[in-house]
Amino acid sequence: MRRIISMLMENEPGALSRVVGLFSQRGYNIETLNVAPTDDPTLSRLTLTTAGDDKQIEQITKHLNKLVDVVKLVDLTEGAHIERDLMLIKVRAQGVLRDEVKRTTDIFRGQIVDVGPNVYTIQLAGTSDKLDSFVAAMADVDILEVVRSGVAGISRGEKVLSL
Amino acid sequence: MVELLSGGEMIARALEDEGVEYIFGYPGGAVLHIYDALFKDCKVPHVLVRHEQAATHAADGYARATGKPGVVLVTSGPGATNAITGIATAYMDSIPMVVFSGQVQSHLIGEDAFQETDMIGISRPIVKHSFMVKKAEDIPVMIKKAFHIAATGRPGPVVIDIPKDITRPDEKFEYHYPRSVKMRSYAPAQRGHTGQIKKAAKLLVSAKRPIIYAGGGVIQGEGSDLLTRLARELNYPVTNTLMGLGAFPATDRQFLGMLGMHGFYEANMAMHHSDVILAVGARFDDRVTNTVSKFCPGAKIIHVDVDPASISKTVPADIPIVGPVQAVLEELLAQLATIREKESDLPDQGALERWWKQIDEWRGKHGLWTGRRYGESKMIMPQQVIESLYRVTDGDAYVTSDVGQHQMFAAQYYRFDQPRRWINSGGLGTMGFGLPAAMGVQLAFPDKAVACVTGEGSIQMNIQELSTCTQYNTPVKIINLRNNYLGMVKQWQDMQYEGRYAMSTYEDSLPDFVKLMEAYGHVGMQVTQLSELDAKMEEAFAMKDRLVFLDIIIDPMEHVYPMHVAPNGSMKDMWLSKNERT
Ligand SMILES: Cc1cc2nc3c(=O)[nH]c(=O)nc-3n(C[C@H](O)[C@H](O)[C@H](O)COP(=O)(O)OP(=O)(O)OC[C@H]3O[C@@H](n4cnc5c(N)ncnc54)[C@H](O)[C@@H]3O)c2cc1C
Ligand SMILES: Cc1ncc(C[n+]2csc(CCOP(=O)(O)OP(=O)(O)O)c2C)c(N)n1
Ligand SMILES: [Mg+2]
Repeated sequence: MRRIISMLMENEPGALSRVVGLFSQRGYNIETLNVAPTDDPTLSRLTLTTAGDDKQIEQITKHLNKLVDVVKLVDLTEGAHIERDLMLIKVRAQGVLRDEVKRTTDIFRGQIVDVGPNVYTIQLAGTSDKLDSFVAAMADVDILEVVRSGVAGISRGEKVLSL
Repeated sequence: MVELLSGGEMIARALEDEGVEYIFGYPGGAVLHIYDALFKDCKVPHVLVRHEQAATHAADGYARATGKPGVVLVTSGPGATNAITGIATAYMDSIPMVVFSGQVQSHLIGEDAFQETDMIGISRPIVKHSFMVKKAEDIPVMIKKAFHIAATGRPGPVVIDIPKDITRPDEKFEYHYPRSVKMRSYAPAQRGHTGQIKKAAKLLVSAKRPIIYAGGGVIQGEGSDLLTRLARELNYPVTNTLMGLGAFPATDRQFLGMLGMHGFYEANMAMHHSDVILAVGARFDDRVTNTVSKFCPGAKIIHVDVDPASISKTVPADIPIVGPVQAVLEELLAQLATIREKESDLPDQGALERWWKQIDEWRGKHGLWTGRRYGESKMIMPQQVIESLYRVTDGDAYVTSDVGQHQMFAAQYYRFDQPRRWINSGGLGTMGFGLPAAMGVQLAFPDKAVACVTGEGSIQMNIQELSTCTQYNTPVKIINLRNNYLGMVKQWQDMQYEGRYAMSTYEDSLPDFVKLMEAYGHVGMQVTQLSELDAKMEEAFAMKDRLVFLDIIIDPMEHVYPMHVAPNGSMKDMWLSKNERT
């Protein structure tokens, strides 16, 4: 099953490589990875998505928790949560397809953030599923480049991941 | 008044303040400032090994024997990479160690500078944690943290990588060594969950066929006395892993011997047929469980471990308890007392009696200590060597070993009554561990008998340390079980490859070990006859201030038994001899 694991870690050099190294060392997969500093400059927030059965996920979270640089961790998929993946996608937009791309973008509530005579660059945020659907909807369009941020996530309601 | 010290001096001073007894190391360019500081003013003696791998094993042996972290100092590049095998060895067996490695100057990092290696990167999967020093001011706190992390919770090695410029003598900083450290991101469990411990106590007293399976964590966590008390109060049988030998007295009637791949028949049978297993500080290693899906089918499992990741990793636990052995066992003993005050008929004595009767039957049938279980030979049998070693040292020696058949014979036939006496590489299985580890043990306990049980293959993997033994006068006794084969490899080739000995013999290339010992200034003796074995053994141990190497020619065809049947076998499926199976 797909899981979104999010953690606060020391904003130290090497912390990220410990997390990533753990996954390859123990044969787990990282599907997406997103990391950036938080409002507290000593802490980074790292969110990753992975897949595995319950036993694997239990081992993954236990091992992540053991890393000295990991301060606190939550499996967001255990409760209600919001997830966002950000995509920038550059497509060929010429002729009849130019309008078509615009329409599809509107339907998905995306924005065209850069316009060229032959290309559009579209920005779209949402769940990973939504971004996948958008890419699927662009089947007839010539996709030139796709970049995604990886999932960032947060719990719904009062629940917070903080010290 | 605050003292001003250079980075190098701070390291020297911090090691003193930490109460370090020995530094095991080897110098080189990147650590010369540190060495100069040690030379000028440091009370901690430094042991110069002959290879950095041996520095880590010696520190490791010291740590296993004393319970205190071993300390290693190596230079950058090749010094650091040579230390890797020893760090991995300590990591796999959860041994506390702090390794200082030199690094090229900060401004050269990343430029493929002379003797540059990304030590933090290379060691990452085999350390509990690591630090790269960025500022000299951070050194005292970093060292304190390193020792704290290495020695608490599940122990393990910690690396501190130090760029040379950080230790330069001309820049001085305020030095203050912290008494303790707090880390927001590191808080190992201090005690178990009371509710879980209550449940465990109930399950334990309801058992009809109980067994206690105790591992290296009991030794690491100084839980042997409590475990022994618990086992005796309940009159439950105890088995130890290879790493746990000595956690429960081997000569106690309740001890069933080691369990696992080369474990005792009675221990493996009792595990397989048990209804409740109390696992303490043991990690259900694949050398123990055999096929996991067939592991102890009727047993409910209580698993006590300070590391949550050890619990339900391979075998699911029915009652997991995360906590250090001491605190958990104390609380468990208290809970058991409360229950048994109210229900004095627990545990069921009739059931327990039947269980012991069954166990004694198993013991009598195939137990390694209840009759001679090895064949006749004109040559000395390896088991006889260990029996002789046990007799001559009154069961009171520190015994280190290398890896192979000799290691298993030592584990099976030397009966360890105390923790920290049996010192071997179990998780990584590192040949070359035995001699340097014995050096570390002997330095920690200069007046004790220290034996290194080895094979002619393993001893050659760190034989250069004979010179270190000369320099520091460490009179270890090397017991070389010489079968002229990589015996454990040969055993597998006999059993699975129809005796095709691919690269498991050395033909006639072995050195004359007796002459070799003389060359190093030690004593070497060869033993070929059983009739002279005890006498030579006694002669060796009587030379209290000399390193003595006993080159004992043994029957090369002997195998280690019992041995789990694999693949697809369970705990109870064992070879008992070359042609006898359960
Ligand atoms: C040739 C060869 C053959 C082998 N054959 C066998 C065999 O037949 N039988 C056998 O048993 N092994 C055998 N081994 C060793 C095996 O590979 C493992 O090293 C061993 O079984 C692990 O022992 P353990 O379970 O006690 O765990 P250890 O590696 O000692 O781990 C200790 C556990 O205790 C925990 N712990 C540490 N400190 C504490 C504390 N304070 N409180 C609570 N928990 C703590 C740790 O988290 C860890 O889970 C063999 C090795 C070799 C090289
Ligand atoms: C560094 C290392 N290389 C290889 C092995 C694989 N190995 C395990 S036991 C063994 C043979 C050991 O031979 P020896 O030291 O003579 O002991 P014996 O089994 O003959 O008693 C080998 C090669 C190992 N454990 N460690
Ligand atoms: Mg051999």
